Amino acid sequence: MPEQVKHDDGEGGVQIDMISAGRMDEMTSMEKIHFILDGVREGKVVILEAGLSPDEEAKLIEVTMTEISPDGFSGIEIESYPKESPKSGFLDRILGEDESKMTVIGPANQIETLHKDSELISAVVSAR
Amino acid sequence: MGIITEIRNSISQTVNGIFADDGTARIGIYGPPNAGKTTLANRIARDWTGEAMGAESQIPHETRRAQRKEDVTIERNGNSVTLDIVDTPGVSTKVDYQEFVDFGMDEDDAIERSREATEGVAEAMHWLKEDIDGVIYVLDSSLDPFTQVNTMLTGIIESRDLPILIIANKVDLEDASPQRIDQAFPQHETVPLSGLEGDNTDELYEKIAEQFG
Repeated sequence: MPEQVKHDDGEGGVQIDMISAGRMDEMTSMEKIHFILDGVREGKVVILEAGLSPDEEAKLIEVTMTEISPDGFSGIEIESYPKESPKSGFLDRILGEDESKMTVIGPANQIETLHKDSELISAVVSAR
Repeated sequence: MGIITEIRNSISQTVNGIFADDGTARIGIYGPPNAGKTTLANRIARDWTGEAMGAESQIPHETRRAQRKEDVTIERNGNSVTLDIVDTPGVSTKVDYQEFVDFGMDEDDAIERSREATEGVAEAMHWLKEDIDGVIYVLDSSLDPFTQVNTMLTGIIESRDLPILIIANKVDLEDASPQRIDQAFPQHETVPLSGLEGDNTDELYEKIAEQFG
């Protein structure tokens, strides 16, 4: 089961790690994936300032699936904003269009998304 | 990806269209679990080959291995397109065996189904990375389309420059809202459809021929 952070008064809580874009930029794709999943498996909620690339998101799904087990980890809940603009063109991509998006990732059994649209994500995090 | 590689791929894609080396495009049917992917795959396969592709079920993750139907020739308005249709397992970021227990499965069967489901999701992602030339993305139009799986998967598909056709499925349901799906993915063509009842299949086949032909 996820490890809970204990406060001085003994009450359980949820640790939230906010990771800067600069910190993530120093990592390779697989280092990012393992960094995220290691944290989430410990019961942390990880907030990425700049999110992941589509390829990294695909890898995250694949690696998450390999780590799911019936006696503990049931996967991740992940939320980021949908893209607002239509598909970027070839020139946008080679000119380095900024596609970063703040992303929240946590244990599937501890985060429940209440509402999501292009401008708002509302979620409940529990310390189960 | 380097600029030269990107230019070469872009030119190659323009010249070759979406067709694989053997001239047949491989179209993946993707989407979240229980969106009606296999029902749609069966509808297409039955309509054009006379044979179904796989078992359908109300229990999520019924399809746990990708299934391919080769050489499905769709004819519309004097044009024809021959496709390999790949029905893929529903993509999710979580699989909890308790969900299957809640559907009445015993615990051992639920754990086994859960294990197979995780392998199925990974397999679906692998097909998308390696072996798919275009995507039919299926959504249950009675549900909120603004989920992270939908956001991520459509983003992944777009980043790979694969043509995509969105299906607003299950329009036979009372609370279906294909308009909501159209609004959620304005950059893509959306076809309202009932794969189960066969409603609006004429438009489906027209759009398939247009998009993947």
